Amino acid sequence: MIDVLAPATLLSRFQDDFAHALLATDDAVSPALATLTAQPAFAIYRNTVMKGCIDALQGNYPAVTRLVGDEWLRAAAAVYTRDALPAQPMLLEYGADFADFLARFEPAAELPYLPGVARLDRLWTEAHAAASEESLDPAAVRQLASGNFFRARLQPHAAARWAWFSDAPIYTIWSRNRSDAVFDGDIDWQPEGALLTRPQDSVQWCALDRAGCAFLDACAAGGSLADAAKAALAVQPDADLGHLMASLLEAGAFSRLDLNN
Amino acid sequence: MTHFLDAGLGLKPQHYDAALACSTAGLWFEVHPENYMVAGGPRLAWLEAIRSKHPVSLHGVALSLAADAEPDARHLKRLADLARRIEPAIISEHLAWSTWRGAYHPDLLPFPRTTEALARIADNVSRTQDALQRRIAIENPSHYLKLDGHEWNETEFLQELARRTGCGLLLDVNNVHVSACNMGYSAEDYLDAFPVNAVMEIHLAGHAPDPNLGDALLVDSHDAPVAPAVWALYERLIRRIGARPTLIERDDNLPAFDVLLAERDRAAAVLRDQLAEAA
Repeated sequence: MIDVLAPATLLSRFQDDFAHALLATDDAVSPALATLTAQPAFAIYRNTVMKGCIDALQGNYPAVTRLVGDEWLRAAAAVYTRDALPAQPMLLEYGADFADFLARFEPAAELPYLPGVARLDRLWTEAHAAASEESLDPAAVRQLASGNFFRARLQPHAAARWAWFSDAPIYTIWSRNRSDAVFDGDIDWQPEGALLTRPQDSVQWCALDRAGCAFLDACAAGGSLADAAKAALAVQPDADLGHLMASLLEAGAFSRLDLNN
Repeated sequence: MTHFLDAGLGLKPQHYDAALACSTAGLWFEVHPENYMVAGGPRLAWLEAIRSKHPVSLHGVALSLAADAEPDARHLKRLADLARRIEPAIISEHLAWSTWRGAYHPDLLPFPRTTEALARIADNVSRTQDALQRRIAIENPSHYLKLDGHEWNETEFLQELARRTGCGLLLDVNNVHVSACNMGYSAEDYLDAFPVNAVMEIHLAGHAPDPNLGDALLVDSHDAPVAPAVWALYERLIRRIGARPTLIERDDNLPAFDVLLAERDRAAAVLRDQLAEAA
């Protein structure tokens, strides 16, 4: 925002004009900048800014890139970047809403699973960069006195991320495209969920059913184990809660067990 | 905390394991702090592991010190937090701007060197040094554009900036070569006029001709070995001013770690010869 009380300095005006010219076409730049944009060297700055943003998006969305190819991804990223430069310089954070962009990006309309895959790429980045903490030892839950069990609260690990996709096998599509490995099996077109965790400081992932996602949502909202169990059974009445809890604990999805209300 | 730094290498994630295993004496590594501004996880763990074996310097690209605005307080705090954690041997930044009115442009952008700009940048450097509680080094940029309105030449601008703020300087010899070619002046004259007493660190890197304009426009691309002309400028400089911590930068078209280490060893040999001669 320009402070209306202070006259703009020469440096401010230069930076307003220069920043605008980086993304504008030559006929739209300020007359004060015309002698700069007329020089072939101005293209170096335009190219470097665009390349830096596009490289960052490509790096942050590897499964999306593998699905659509470098050329498609970079063209889509250029459209995204012209609309939204990074708001801060940690480029790992750039494009946090790229999934939403893809959902309304006309050329992606034929790939309805793309926003979901982008969402899992983003959750991977969040899991990768989250604060470090120990995972809860599964024995802590096994040793709970039965009277305390249902009022205990499990705190999801800072790096745990999960999502349920009700209309496509996003987890299978994403996990098959998160590495260079080649998969040729058919994909069952069914709803899927995913869990990402970071035990021993490296991001890992597994499929998670609807009950598991509801269970973790309830834990994250501060609910007790009774609340979480109820939420899981509400969405999936046949859920095996013992098996579910054991696999979540094994994956390192929790950091703490609280008995205080 | 003082380390004797001789020649170091810019560190890329692809080389973490080799860097960690390397025990070359005097070797140090430089990273962009923006890549390690995370709450936790493997990136910080890697950097801390490297730091446990080698000195590390933080070379920022995003403080935007030449913007007509104070440095972002949140970004300064992130840098200060990382510096507390890593205890870097040197912290450096650029005589350039990148963040403007809430948008980050991933580049090092130019500005007219006016007295007004000097006052703003000196204030920004002082704020940064106050926040970090230490002296930082400011790097001379690469130039591509013929800009109107300069009131200062660059060497005098940097000298005055160092005088007003007490900051050090990072002398990038490749940037001097690239800028001299692009702007049509003598790199030797520029180096002879540079306020060398403030130099805390020297950078060496590769450049490339512009794909359209060829040698008429050199780009500071960091994607090639250090050019012979840049080595010649560096050797001449070190003979004149004595040994200074020297870093090889490489960001693109990355070769094997050993290839970079050999380039680094060449710089280390230049420094060693100078020290032997001075002794």
